[in-house]
Amino acid sequence: MVSDLKIEENYKNSPSGDRGKMHPHKFTMWVAIGSIIMMFAGLTSAFIVKSNQTNWITVELPKAFWISTAIIIASSLTIQMALRSFKQREMGKYRSLIGFTLILGVAFVVFQWFGFEALWSQQITFKGAGAGQFLYVIFGLHAIHVIGGIVTLLIMFIKAFIGKTKLYSAVPVEVVAVYWHFVDLLWIYLLLFFLIIGG
Amino acid sequence: MSEAISVHPGAGHAVHHDGHGHHHQSFVSKYIFSQDHKTIAKQFLITGIIWAIIGGLFSVLFRLQLGYPEQSFPILETFFGNWAKGGQIQPEFYYALITMHGTVLVFFVLTAGLSGTFANFLIPLQVGARDMASPFLNMLSYWFFFLASVIMLASLFISTGPASGGWTIYPPLSALGQASSGSIRGMDFWLISMAMFIVSSLLGGINYITTILNMRTKGMSMTRLPLTIWALFFTAVLGVLSFPVLLSGAILLLFDRNLGTSFFLSDIVVNGEILPNEGGSAILFQHLFWFLGHPEVYIILLPAMGMVSEILSVNSRKPIFGYMAMLGSLFAITILAFLVWAHHMFVTGLNPFLGSIFVLLTLLIAVPSAIKVFNWLTTLWRGNIRFTPATLFAIGFVSLFISGGLTGIFLGNSTIDIHLHDTMFVVAHFHIVMGVASMFGMFAGIYHWFPKMFGRYLNNTLGYIHFWVTMIGAYLIFWPMHYQGLAGIPRRYLDKRGWVSFNDFPELDKMITIVSIIVFAVQLMFVFNFFYSIFKGRKVRNKNPWGANTLEWTTPLRPGHGNWDGEIPEVHRWAYDYGKDGREFIPQTEEIGENESKH
Repeated sequence: MVSDLKIEENYKNSPSGDRGKMHPHKFTMWVAIGSIIMMFAGLTSAFIVKSNQTNWITVELPKAFWISTAIIIASSLTIQMALRSFKQREMGKYRSLIGFTLILGVAFVVFQWFGFEALWSQQITFKGAGAGQFLYVIFGLHAIHVIGGIVTLLIMFIKAFIGKTKLYSAVPVEVVAVYWHFVDLLWIYLLLFFLIIGG
Repeated sequence: MSEAISVHPGAGHAVHHDGHGHHHQSFVSKYIFSQDHKTIAKQFLITGIIWAIIGGLFSVLFRLQLGYPEQSFPILETFFGNWAKGGQIQPEFYYALITMHGTVLVFFVLTAGLSGTFANFLIPLQVGARDMASPFLNMLSYWFFFLASVIMLASLFISTGPASGGWTIYPPLSALGQASSGSIRGMDFWLISMAMFIVSSLLGGINYITTILNMRTKGMSMTRLPLTIWALFFTAVLGVLSFPVLLSGAILLLFDRNLGTSFFLSDIVVNGEILPNEGGSAILFQHLFWFLGHPEVYIILLPAMGMVSEILSVNSRKPIFGYMAMLGSLFAITILAFLVWAHHMFVTGLNPFLGSIFVLLTLLIAVPSAIKVFNWLTTLWRGNIRFTPATLFAIGFVSLFISGGLTGIFLGNSTIDIHLHDTMFVVAHFHIVMGVASMFGMFAGIYHWFPKMFGRYLNNTLGYIHFWVTMIGAYLIFWPMHYQGLAGIPRRYLDKRGWVSFNDFPELDKMITIVSIIVFAVQLMFVFNFFYSIFKGRKVRNKNPWGANTLEWTTPLRPGHGNWDGEIPEVHRWAYDYGKDGREFIPQTEEIGENESKH
């Protein structure tokens, strides 16, 4: 296996490395984000196409989604603080902030679930036509992306305790932070989308 | 024909000892869960070849039915039981065969097998990197593909059969078990397999893009990149931006099939039973599908174009003609690829005004395509051409791309397309321009880079036989289909004997079937050559057997993980200094001389 050091060597050698550009792993994350955006663009444009049809049923968003919005925005702040404390070598603070972000992430998914339950109890199910069906799929896929982030945070949390590395590379933390901010922004986009077009 | 392999004076590099792995690796980490991009490339290639044999065999089976609908082949019943009752291919089996042939060839062979192989193999080697940006994600990319392959293969053995609604899986056919037995369970397998496949493509694609943009060696500016890399770059961009949209369509279809939603289904009555679905739109699926489906055509074609550019330049011993024009046309094709999807949907009741916009955008693709063809021909023009099997396949690609591209101009016009839609003309068009042409690009790439991959040569004589039979065969198979299509013969018909108007060419159909069996046999010969040569082929003794300029030929004969034993070489020039200042070739690593003329 080529170690990360070799990747570093290659990267520092490269013309882009010379100019102090982005680390390859971080860049990879940005490309992946572009790809995820395309999936949600596909889904939301399908929504727009279908919402113009007759017998389209709109939905009102349950309160749970507002609470989860507040939670995910807060988690974006905590992960940013975690990144800063990592860069300042304050590992104790870093550990607790990563742990806090992790808890907020789980809380977000739980409140999304409450939101789904609230909708389901209003007889908005998979039957018939309307915004509800899209909402389950789109919010569900978003939640899966958040869960992916939670799993990564969990690994970083464990690593922060058992890790004995002397190499303080902030790159992995930066990559996760970028992803986390992305799922946050994606959620805000989806929420606004459903408020403006679906409601 | 000139001898393909010669030792070129001034290759300039002493033959190094075999580059061995940099550290000890177990069998599993070296050959199975390898993170070495070269091993992953070979894994993609060999899996792709296995799929190509399976997919090719499917086409031979349904050609038997099309050529000899009246005849029974008892051997088919022996192998396929009820699917070929009485030695005759049953309708459900026929549809499963064409569906799986399309799926396997488009995705598993010409996407994973082609760009999976060559992007993995060539990107780090040609940009001058030790490996991909993330070797781990790269390994995952292969194993997701493997998982997708296992699921798709398993679907062939379900009692109700694999997916049989066409590779485009249009609902409602693909959404309702009542519509076709392949849609009972086979379609779920298909969708799950494709979801895995898409994850594989995305993991690969983001890695390719990052490696090309971020991991180039010193001196390798973007305009010094070989055209192979540019083509693979645009391929990855297309994949990363279009596959997620297919994924979203596939997820919605999974919901419709299994959870009772109505994204694509509406007002359907089956045998008097009214289905509860309402408000869905089957056309919506077509939009989501073709938003990937059309770029997919270029995902298949661009890597072949890139390799052909490289191989033609190396083997005509001339610089590629119009490097920047080649680059510009690749870029234009990439942009246009996203803007033409509705030309697959002219007969869906598309607004004619909208249709005319898609006609215009579609016909615009002729411009960059023509630029590329012109540049390939001018690269060859008055070159000192070495007709290796790789060169022949590259020239064959150009020929097929012209022939198939010209019929694209017919089909891109909605007025003509409405007449030709769903006829054999369409089958002829896309097989020549996309299927066979890209296959030729892939063969060219395999013949050209086999010495770097395995340290041995493929057998040349078998290579020449392979080329000529495949080239002549491809035209004999697909050329007559244009006439069939113009005469109104539809695609997808199991047995045309029941229609007087469709029954004009039974002899032609027999001829096509016979030729396709011969061509298939020759592909098996190639597969034999491939595997035999890995172990018993003539050994490569020269680091740079083709006298090429690019960086992969500066690595040891059998490079270990990390590619270069010492430092990564520095690049001082573009990749196409052939026949310059009286020298046959000047590798990219050579510094620019004081009195050197400009290219």
